[in-house]
Amino acid sequence: MTRQEDTWLDQLQRAAFEYFLRTTNPRNGLVADNSRMDSPVSIAVVGFALSAYPIAVERGWMRRDAAVQCSLSALRFFRDSDQSGGPVATGFKGFYYHFLDIHSGARVWQSELSMVDTALLIGGMLVASQYFDAETADERELRALVDFLYRRVDWCWAQDGADTIRQGWKPECGFLHYGWEGYSEAILLYALALGSPTYPIARDCYKNWTLTYQWENLYDFDCLYAGPMFIHQFSHAWIDFRGIRDEFMREKRSDYFENSRRAVHIQREYARRNPREFAGYDENCWGLSACDGPSDEHLDIANEQRRLYGYAARSVPYGPDDGTLSAPCVLASLPFAPEVVLQSLRNMLERYPEVLQDSRLASGFNPTLAGAEGRTWVAAGHFGLDQGIVFLMIENHRSERVWQLMRANPYIRAGLQGAGFRGGWLQSSAGGAR
Amino acid sequence: MSSRDDAASVSAEAYAREHRANTRPADWRNPSAGGRYQLAIVGAGPAGIAAAEFAASLGIKVALIERKAIGGVNLNIGSVPSKTLIRTTRAYADMREAWRFGASVPGDVRVDFAAAMERVRRVRARLSRDDSAQRLAAAGVDVYFGEARFTASDTLTVGGKALAFRKALIATGARPHVPDIPGLAEAGYLTDENLFELTELPRRMLVIGGGPLGCEQAQAFCRLGAQTTIVQNKPLFLGQEERDAAQILSETFARDGIEVRLNTTALAVRTASGTKLVDLISDDYRNTIGVDAILTGAGRTPNVEGLDLAAVGIDCDASGRIRVDDFLRTGNANIFAAGDVCLEHSFVDAARASARIAVENSLLRRNRRWSGLVVPSCTYTDPEIARVGLSVREANRLGVPVKTFTIPMHEIDRAVTDSETSGFVKVHVRGRTDQILGATIVARHAGDMINGVTLAMVAGIGLRRFSRVLHAYPTQADAIRQVADAYNRTRFTPRVRARVRRWIESRWPAQ
Repeated sequence: MTRQEDTWLDQLQRAAFEYFLRTTNPRNGLVADNSRMDSPVSIAVVGFALSAYPIAVERGWMRRDAAVQCSLSALRFFRDSDQSGGPVATGFKGFYYHFLDIHSGARVWQSELSMVDTALLIGGMLVASQYFDAETADERELRALVDFLYRRVDWCWAQDGADTIRQGWKPECGFLHYGWEGYSEAILLYALALGSPTYPIARDCYKNWTLTYQWENLYDFDCLYAGPMFIHQFSHAWIDFRGIRDEFMREKRSDYFENSRRAVHIQREYARRNPREFAGYDENCWGLSACDGPSDEHLDIANEQRRLYGYAARSVPYGPDDGTLSAPCVLASLPFAPEVVLQSLRNMLERYPEVLQDSRLASGFNPTLAGAEGRTWVAAGHFGLDQGIVFLMIENHRSERVWQLMRANPYIRAGLQGAGFRGGWLQSSAGGAR
Repeated sequence: MSSRDDAASVSAEAYAREHRANTRPADWRNPSAGGRYQLAIVGAGPAGIAAAEFAASLGIKVALIERKAIGGVNLNIGSVPSKTLIRTTRAYADMREAWRFGASVPGDVRVDFAAAMERVRRVRARLSRDDSAQRLAAAGVDVYFGEARFTASDTLTVGGKALAFRKALIATGARPHVPDIPGLAEAGYLTDENLFELTELPRRMLVIGGGPLGCEQAQAFCRLGAQTTIVQNKPLFLGQEERDAAQILSETFARDGIEVRLNTTALAVRTASGTKLVDLISDDYRNTIGVDAILTGAGRTPNVEGLDLAAVGIDCDASGRIRVDDFLRTGNANIFAAGDVCLEHSFVDAARASARIAVENSLLRRNRRWSGLVVPSCTYTDPEIARVGLSVREANRLGVPVKTFTIPMHEIDRAVTDSETSGFVKVHVRGRTDQILGATIVARHAGDMINGVTLAMVAGIGLRRFSRVLHAYPTQADAIRQVADAYNRTRFTPRVRARVRRWIESRWPAQ
């Protein structure tokens, strides 16, 4: 990496971090889902924020005691939160509702108790407890709170007697039946559920989940298939998958990190082919993932009416694809394919400079939907998930710091081993330097 | 009534008359049974007819007994009318989307529902000639109309008259299974048994069940102009298919304007001012929709009533299907079963194939196994979804290592020239071999394309050899050969490439 590139990444990473500072409620440590007015809290974004504070301390963007206080606010809030599972509670069985009111922390939008989003939150807590290791009263309290909150999560309950973990629950109707199957961002969820000292799920639960995987040769790449790019990134923000393999990957002679690298190339190949003939797509302008996109206008090209999906998980090669691309998902692929990512992002920002606002990447942009003055459609404001994944993946690319911290976490190690992961850093006793 | 309407109703009556004359002649007199039949077949649907024709061609003395009309569900209420109507709806869809093919959209695309239904009756009458009672009789089959009932291991009665047999085959098929929803019966509903008797297009239609039949008919009626909603009580529709297949279809459904309600259950139905009001629940969300017609009954209930199966030692499984072994033998060694009455898959081709196996095993002392058959299937939505062999899910469950080679249809020149790029060909092979385990194809004519894969599976042709089979260019079926090419490219590992390079250089050293 050149110094110029590092400076550029530093700027993007710092701007991403600013998102958390601007959107956090200092009284309870909760962070808004997005920068728009009246945004609720997304518990996953809180997880990203908790992971970001230690890195910000390392980079000199935040004082250690301020970072500890920010983290403590959130952790104390979750400790004291209403865990009754009622319609306006905060959580149940150690899990939390997906969206909360930023002031009261009560459930909003009738959102579901989200297993995956709780896992991202707990992931962030574990980073904090791993980093803040000083023998001060505050940092001791922080570590004890994280341990308490992790141990409180009843992962077994979330299995509901089924083969795999359910994805959601609502007080109004019980467990939701999303019927998700196939590879997803849930490896972190399974690792946490298997590593739990209090409510560990059975090992065959992970095996059952991997039974829904599809190993595909697509555009001449062998890949564990998942359409949207974020699936290939989220667990990787916390877990260093280089060289460690579960039974599935051992059989395929690959690993999840290499798989994400191939997913990048599949995205590029799709954009190069651009089967739906959208504006802007090429091998250096790609990124189909969960992002905000246009919804209220109707796209009309050459007499063709196309549907627009708003905030949705866009996917290759079968869609949904409405011409909207996610620049954050390109940048968050940095550890997997640094040269390709830097080249692509540079190209995208040269062509569509309006995608970068306040040095932060907009969630989505749609060049096919250009206004009368020729400016491409760009999502308003910023989203915490985008800024969070960009922040952590830039850090992992620059210093591997988040990976290092999590490699040393005994719960994560136990969880991965429980899932059948072997080799690589899991073989060394401490998982690398702290 | 206009003169055109008059003419239409006259021809409709003529087609109906011809259809009845072929499938259930009014003046039919049952043969006077003389002696014992070597084979008695109960049910003259696709399985019964196939068995009868096969047996007669071998010179076997065979009786075919039908309760209603020759042809069964397939001809009278199933595949034939439904595919006929689907063709009409594709024509309308193409007209409306003519811009996709560089053609101008006709100014006034008005659906003529009566004409569409008349064509259904015409096609049904035309196809009923092939398997008419008269033609079967001429081929040497004794055709009986009436209710059959087993009285002993070698005797059954038809309309009270005894009929002795050496072996019997039960091929009575299945009928729509109507879900138990309070108020549904009172409000009235359609199944595929009466759907094609409609004379007017319902303005709003609710389809309960997101399986193949529900999806096909929902799309067809939507394209005819009905405001259509599918309610499916599972998280995905077409649960048996690949998730990507359902994803592609859901996009097409959205373009067609079909509203798909997943994870949704119909709780109750009531009627107010001529509108059927259906209460729906999805997780914690309840609402009521008003429709003019409800289509249901995608599930199947086997037709076993009145046969007195228990009297001859034949039992049924929990879903009511006759229990058979892999040789299609029932609990009674003299009596076999074939088709929907005993099979999990409700496909015409499977019914016919099972009938031939049953005839061979019962009379020719062969030991052909049902499980040895490779059975393709197709959901005739637009695009079609065709499948053969194992799915990845099944392979994983069986512990068979599986790898999928995928070619999206946008890679295929002919799909691009036809503006039919939505879809894919996925071929699943065993682990690191080229042995084909199964395939799924999503394409406008996937049902035709899957046959190439089925042939390869039956003939034991692996992907490696398949790539040497030239396919006419440009065709959409060439996608399957391109899958084979993709497989072959994976064989050119860096080590293989290095070896080839060394060999070339040793023979023709670089100057």
